[in-house]
Amino acid sequence: MIAVVDYKAGNLTSVMKAVRTAGADLGVEPVLTDDPAVVLLSGKIILPGVGHFAATQFLEKHGLKAAIREKIAAGVPFLGICVGLQWLFAGSTEAPECAGLCALPELCDRFAPGRKVPHVGWNSLSLRPGSRLFAGIPDGSFVYFTHSYRAPLTNATVAVTEYGEPFSAAVECGNIMGVQFHPEKSAETGLRLLRNFLELPPC
Amino acid sequence: MLTKRIIACLDVNAGRVVKGVQFVDLVDAGDPAELAARHAASGADEIVLLDITATHEGRGTLLETVQRTARRLFVPFTVGGGIRTADDAAAVFDAGADKVSINSAALARPELIGEIGSKFGAQAVIVAIDVRRGASGDPIRNAEVYVAGGRKPTGRRAVEWAREAEERGAGEILLTSMDADGTRAGFDCKLTAAVSDAVQIPVIASGGAGNARHFTQVFREGKADAALAASIFHFGIHDVRALKEELLRDGIPVRLPC
Repeated sequence: MIAVVDYKAGNLTSVMKAVRTAGADLGVEPVLTDDPAVVLLSGKIILPGVGHFAATQFLEKHGLKAAIREKIAAGVPFLGICVGLQWLFAGSTEAPECAGLCALPELCDRFAPGRKVPHVGWNSLSLRPGSRLFAGIPDGSFVYFTHSYRAPLTNATVAVTEYGEPFSAAVECGNIMGVQFHPEKSAETGLRLLRNFLELPPC
Repeated sequence: MLTKRIIACLDVNAGRVVKGVQFVDLVDAGDPAELAARHAASGADEIVLLDITATHEGRGTLLETVQRTARRLFVPFTVGGGIRTADDAAAVFDAGADKVSINSAALARPELIGEIGSKFGAQAVIVAIDVRRGASGDPIRNAEVYVAGGRKPTGRRAVEWAREAEERGAGEILLTSMDADGTRAGFDCKLTAAVSDAVQIPVIASGGAGNARHFTQVFREGKADAALAASIFHFGIHDVRALKEELLRDGIPVRLPC
């Protein structure tokens, strides 16, 4: 079972539809949930999210953070999308009072001034080799972004995008994965990425 | 590199795509779901569906059409027309839209921008501004905002309203030149540049697209982040991929292959 975690940060209709489409012939039925007990039963976890980093406080308050942490430690594949990627880090200057999961030690920060923010639209990926998430996706592929804060480059970075500065478009560290862009809105490239995630062996 | 977006717009009336000239004289152009899928397949970076008579006739957005159209789309999908409250927006998001475009209702009650933005994120709120150049004085500085599908002048200046929309939390501005709309004689680059310079958020230029050169002009001189067109795509005058190939030859960064 694939848990799509709903922490009341925006609309998840598109994510559910894309996961269903990407996994149509795999018998995948994603479950939208805000219940830690459901998360604890899942074989894969997707944490979508748009909007403000402060929304991730819901995860802590409702026991979802602890449940996700437990599942990640057990080796369950995890995919964070947009704010879901940023949450993997220690935190974000967007909401300094909220701690992230701290799976990665760095902090997310706002784009440096000098260009339009948010960064909205289709931008290209510069891929680092060895990623399972990007298997079969050509280097230079375009994906759809919409965000004002970004994660820095780290050892876990598997895709780099430039917007005035290079930032982490995707991270992958064992079973922990995150994408800053929206695979559910990135046409064939996004569906392929979701498919790659759905095909990972469950723990 | 961040690419310039090409957005295909579906103006919908009673469940069918229509196209007018300067907001009147509507001609049938087909089924919204079918056209949206076709445009996405041919490389459109986004799809916008505007229920053009919703405000005028005082009825809600066609949720069923939105649902049917969203089902096959995996690119950003914006819906506008008749969205007056955060609840109206919620219903449109539930039906499968990623962003809403608000126009008359935002002018009537500007707080609506922040109300939708705080619930669904600023990225989900596009403020659409329909503009006619000023008849006297500086035509750009005095460019006036119209509402209700271009039927009613508001007395508000376009640049100032764009700035207020940004301050209130809009994620993007969709700027339509009513003078240029449907003429296929080119975007209003001066107007677009004035608005683009005045705000930090992306500006989508609309109205007047006729050929690839017009897109190049509005991206360069008009400083647009995206450009929207309707009729040139619907009637197959220009498919999106062919347009993008021309733009790339002109040195405009676009999503290609797509």
